[in-house]
Amino acid sequence: MSSPTSTPGRRKRNRDDIPATPKSTRRRGQDSSNGDLPAMPTSPATDIASPAVHDTSLFSSPRRSVLPSEVDMSSPLMYGTPSSRVEARQRPDLGSIRKAPQVDLHSEPPSADGAVASEQALGQKLVIWGTDVNVGTCKEKFQRFLQRFIDPTSNEDENAGLDLNEPLYMQKLEEISVVGEPVLNVNCSHVQSFDADLYRQLISYPQEVIPTFDMAVNELFFERFPDSILEHQIQVRPYNALKTRNMRSLNPEDIDQMITISGMVIRTSQLIPEMQEAFFQCQVCAFSTRVEVDRGRIAEPAVCRNCNTTHSLALIHNRSAFSDKQMIKVQESPDDMPAGQTPHTTIVYAHNDLVDKVQPGDRINITGIYRAVPMRENPRQSNVKSVYKTHIDVIHFRKTDEKRLHGLDEDSDQKLFTEERVQILKELASKPDVYDRLSSALAPSIYEHEDIKKGILLQLFGGTRKDFSQTGRGNFRAEVNILLCGDPGTSKSQLLQYVFNLVPRGQYTSGKGSSAVGLTAYVMKDPETKQLVLQTGALVLSDNGICCIDEFDKMSDSTRSVLHEVMEQQTLSIAKAGIICQLNARTSVLAAANPVESQWNPKKTTIENIQLPHTLLSRFDLIFLMLDPQDEAYDRRLAHHLVALYYQSEEQIEEEFLDMAVLKDYIAYARTYINPRLNEEASQALIEAYVDMRKIGSGRGMVSAYPRQLESLIRLAEAHAKVRFSDKVETIDVEEAKRLQREALKQSATDPRTGFVDISILTTGMSATARKRKEEVAQALKKMIQSKGKTPAMKYQQLFDDLRGQSEAAITKDMFEEALRALADEDYLTVTGKTVRLL
Amino acid sequence: MPSSHDWINKPLGVVEAMFAQSNSNPEWEAKVLEYFKGQLKEKESHSWVPSLNDVPLHYLKPNSLVKFRCLVQDMFDPEFYMGVYETVDPSTKANVLRCGKYKDVTECGVDLNSRNTVTAERQTFYCVPIPGESPWAKEISFLSAARVVPSTSYVPSRQKRSYEEDDDDMDTQPQKQREPHTEPHGNGDSKRQETEAPSSQTTTPSDCSSHLDLNFPLPGERGPACLVKVYEGLDSFKLNDTLEIYGILSVNPVLTVLGEEKDPSLLLLNPTESMETPEEQRAHDPPASLVPRLHMLYARPLQHNNPLLPSAPTEDQSAFVSSFLVEMASVRAELLAYLTHVLLGDGLAAEYLLLHLISDVYTRRDVLPLGKFTLNLSGCPLNSYTERLYQIVQQLVPCSYRLSMSLHTMNSMRLVPKKDYVANRLVSGALQLARNTSLFLDETQLEQGQLDSSGVRNITALGNLISWQKVDYDFSYHQMEFPCNINVLVTSEGRSLLPSDCQVPLQPQVTPPNMEEYLTTIHMAQFTSQINKFRVYLSLARTLDYSISDEVTKAVEDDFVDMRKDDPQSVTAEDLHRMLVVARLLSLSLGQTTLSRDGWMRAKHIDMLRRSRTEQQKSLNGNEP
Repeated sequence: MSSPTSTPGRRKRNRDDIPATPKSTRRRGQDSSNGDLPAMPTSPATDIASPAVHDTSLFSSPRRSVLPSEVDMSSPLMYGTPSSRVEARQRPDLGSIRKAPQVDLHSEPPSADGAVASEQALGQKLVIWGTDVNVGTCKEKFQRFLQRFIDPTSNEDENAGLDLNEPLYMQKLEEISVVGEPVLNVNCSHVQSFDADLYRQLISYPQEVIPTFDMAVNELFFERFPDSILEHQIQVRPYNALKTRNMRSLNPEDIDQMITISGMVIRTSQLIPEMQEAFFQCQVCAFSTRVEVDRGRIAEPAVCRNCNTTHSLALIHNRSAFSDKQMIKVQESPDDMPAGQTPHTTIVYAHNDLVDKVQPGDRINITGIYRAVPMRENPRQSNVKSVYKTHIDVIHFRKTDEKRLHGLDEDSDQKLFTEERVQILKELASKPDVYDRLSSALAPSIYEHEDIKKGILLQLFGGTRKDFSQTGRGNFRAEVNILLCGDPGTSKSQLLQYVFNLVPRGQYTSGKGSSAVGLTAYVMKDPETKQLVLQTGALVLSDNGICCIDEFDKMSDSTRSVLHEVMEQQTLSIAKAGIICQLNARTSVLAAANPVESQWNPKKTTIENIQLPHTLLSRFDLIFLMLDPQDEAYDRRLAHHLVALYYQSEEQIEEEFLDMAVLKDYIAYARTYINPRLNEEASQALIEAYVDMRKIGSGRGMVSAYPRQLESLIRLAEAHAKVRFSDKVETIDVEEAKRLQREALKQSATDPRTGFVDISILTTGMSATARKRKEEVAQALKKMIQSKGKTPAMKYQQLFDDLRGQSEAAITKDMFEEALRALADEDYLTVTGKTVRLL
Repeated sequence: MPSSHDWINKPLGVVEAMFAQSNSNPEWEAKVLEYFKGQLKEKESHSWVPSLNDVPLHYLKPNSLVKFRCLVQDMFDPEFYMGVYETVDPSTKANVLRCGKYKDVTECGVDLNSRNTVTAERQTFYCVPIPGESPWAKEISFLSAARVVPSTSYVPSRQKRSYEEDDDDMDTQPQKQREPHTEPHGNGDSKRQETEAPSSQTTTPSDCSSHLDLNFPLPGERGPACLVKVYEGLDSFKLNDTLEIYGILSVNPVLTVLGEEKDPSLLLLNPTESMETPEEQRAHDPPASLVPRLHMLYARPLQHNNPLLPSAPTEDQSAFVSSFLVEMASVRAELLAYLTHVLLGDGLAAEYLLLHLISDVYTRRDVLPLGKFTLNLSGCPLNSYTERLYQIVQQLVPCSYRLSMSLHTMNSMRLVPKKDYVANRLVSGALQLARNTSLFLDETQLEQGQLDSSGVRNITALGNLISWQKVDYDFSYHQMEFPCNINVLVTSEGRSLLPSDCQVPLQPQVTPPNMEEYLTTIHMAQFTSQINKFRVYLSLARTLDYSISDEVTKAVEDDFVDMRKDDPQSVTAEDLHRMLVVARLLSLSLGQTTLSRDGWMRAKHIDMLRRSRTEQQKSLNGNEP
């Protein structure tokens, strides 16, 4: 990791943040006592009186020698204590200055006062003032943790390649020694499971505990790898503190504690050089002194100690020490928000190498220390605004969407379910009619259409992801795509809206309004940084979710062509403004299309009705027709349903809302935790089903099923197994998948002329019989023309009438024209205006 | 009229007294709220509290109790403040505990290191007066407030004005009232500009960006905006709620001085200051003289903002309702006659307009809003007829806005609120409206031409609003959906390009030679008392409960089945949806709270009439709404 070194001056090399031994502690106390006077509270909630101020003079002894020499850094001569060999970089993320043990950055209720430890550590029982942290014990505990912690069930990607049965963090230390990146990320939940008390201390007193951890790690590290050379000392970066998950739940009690929140970056500032140490020089005698910046303030020495001139010291910027800092604004992620409120934002400060790690638009998990600073904007005023400014000092960033470009990110949107919730869900899953229950809970305001709802339900669950990329076949699509077509006003849009509202990563777009660009991705120039940014469109945004596309038929051809890739390969290729990339778009598509003639024509095939290319249609697993069934019983139930919908009592409404929440969780749980696989019987059943489908057609001399049908059958069966929370796909799943597919085909692929289900309507755009008929007409026409003998040109109308007279079946103008076109393709004739010429 | 109301004049004194008694027992906070709630419950007491809506800011006493009828336009981030702090008296060195609640600024000599400091959390809402509030509603609420002398130094002296004058320029009314002496109009103008910056800026929206944009949803709005500090029940408030807030007014000039004159060297060192952009400062800490702070003690969600109706659901409201129910039918007949005149003698259109005016999204079933009734009045005569029609609607409803859908406005206007991340606030748009606002979309103004991308977005937003009663606010990285409840009336020449629940082609029975004159005459013929009755009627009919008995349910079902039997195409589920809404509104308009068989038949009947009309001139546009 290259640290940004754009700030003037070398970074400080003192060892302030490592209270290594009592000895060093005391020295530090002398060094830095100058900063205590203004005593701005770091913790407004608590008291901050500084009992440990022994030396009240503003500038006690000059800081240990002058500049920390470069020798400090890697000289093998300096091996004594671990902290002396390698530069300990200051950690501004833990507070602008640290005076560890004697500082009261955290005070407990008054009772803790008794436990005050002086900075002269007198023994192991001493604790850091205001906390219950004993440096020695804490260090020991953490070292034990590092040496012993094993997490055999870990599935974090960061641990990839590590032996799960060996102490995890020791392996990581080894990695550090090899890679040379002196940062150790520690998962707080590991600490918690290892030592709950240590975890509590870490969360409550991060400012004191983390330096102790640093110290422990470094001791351990240099014991193990005495020869390794690091840029600076290893820094411990804890993450995944369970204290707080949601920005909204931050409250005054969290101040100065370690928290983890999730959110989206909305703004990042320019790099801010923050002064860490001010360098003053006397203009009379050139005596120089250094003053550490304490919480944003410099105590400017009024008198030169060398020549006793007053007000002679001037700040020399070039020789002061600065560190990098960046302000980042983070907004609550939309999923965490209660309805009807605006998202909250929080200010986050990133320091040193964390600067420029995130970009606006990134979704991140932040672990850091929550701070509150009182506002005293005008020092001349005695009464202050009684408001604190809050921010978070980042310790660790974790992008939650960064893996979207690379692979699966199931753990990122892992929802936490409470025990009881899981129990409720499992109970529900064990009910024999869970499938029907769930499908009826789906969009209860929409009447009937049971099979469509079941189809959508299976879509919500999705199939199992299979990765065959090693054998060269790439990923198999696990998402189920569904197309709804039908008369206007059959609540298709409503169904889409419902689904869009149900799934966390849903996108809703209308074919009329969306362009190819809006669906895929576009390049935007960031107004602030002038940097080109790839903005993702609806399809990419609904990765792992559902993209609902209304008015599918109104979409322009170019836009639709984008979908070809998405719906089978599940990726999006972009070549724009010099950016060439392939984004994952593992999205299920739920589309709705209206018939071209505004009313569904039952005499026509699906393709003819909606005028969509068959190449696209064949990518839909299920195509449903939402037609208005016209029978009395249906009407009656519909009327009853609608009237009830309008005048249902409050409680019933309440009940349904509960259902929606349960449904949401149920789906989320199944999607995360259930990965069903085919068992032997099910595989057999699938094979049989496929062979059967093929057989139907072969009897009539046509292909009635394609491998795509088999694939979607598998997906549907897997989804159905997920509905049951079953890890195995069994025969019943296959049966239901078959039934559903048959139903959908019956609706959409029935040849209106013959009444047979004909898959080729969807795969080639024309039914087999229609193709046959077309050929017959063309042949009859050809024969007729031939029988007429040598006539180079014929009247169009004449020919049409003749053909009609000759043929037994009724010949429409369309059919005639089609026949002409077919013959023209054979180069047999050519049509110019109203005349037909033979060639 | 008791004038020595300390709880109005010095509410902070009350708060502090309670705090002092409490001995840091946290229960005192609840007690304070109890106390003020109790005081406000007393008969008429809430009318003693001066209103920010009516009284100009500089007449209000700082730190007194005021009320504000407003819409929550934006919610800022929560802030931490010193709930309890300690001050040190420099002379005696004595420590005193003080309460920081309901205050912006602390007392002198705060001991920042005291261990007794308690940090508490509050949130700031940016509130604006209810957008599109009709002039008459402002006027009446002002007058009713004037009946009892508010306990401020300000005594409204505008009784001299007559109603007639208000008609032509009611918008400026609140400004005129601010002048202590009723001066001639001309003189007032220049003075106003000097003294009343918040109102003068709204007249010319172009220059408001130059100094301070008060972020009103509708252009040309005026009135005070307010930063409301909310202490309790943060979760119960939602964006776009209309509230009547009782709180302590804070206009401490310190708030203004802070933030200015900043030492640039301090900027470098103090981390808290460098992170706020100037825009953000301007949006979040505007000068208190322009945007006062209000520390909320009590807030009442408003079901309506009709000042003619008792606002609180108390006994006198139910008494009021039952007394009005008696004459409901007769008022309805009069109103219908009036609207028929206005709609050039078209009784059916008048009936539908009446139903539209009392419609309300009363509940939502999953994504489906129930009760919405968007009316498309097609075949409107051109030449300012729609404008006059809007003025008449405006006279009847407490909140309304006319959006002239000209190509230019559609392309340039911001309808959807958008989050401005630089200033960290929600920049309002014309669709950020309070519940039950009448949105009058004038499509007759639309001409042929090219809609640009923002125009398309605006049209899409209007379509979404009508179909789903929601507006997708633009948060730049994502959209956020906010449900709304807006009555949309579309006037157009042909069928509207926007979806609608119901289209009524206007069939004028009379063709007055001079439209303006005709409408003005109709309008003038109504007495104020009559118009007031209409106003009460429309607001009241909306709030009535409604149900359907099992028996009628059965009848409706049978009817539907029968209709489908003859011709399945003639009646669809969509039609049934609409007829159920029509039946509901029709019953409510007659003051009936259950659907009767007759009511259903009537609903069916007028829907048949309407459909036969639309069939005559069915356009080819067969797109699904």
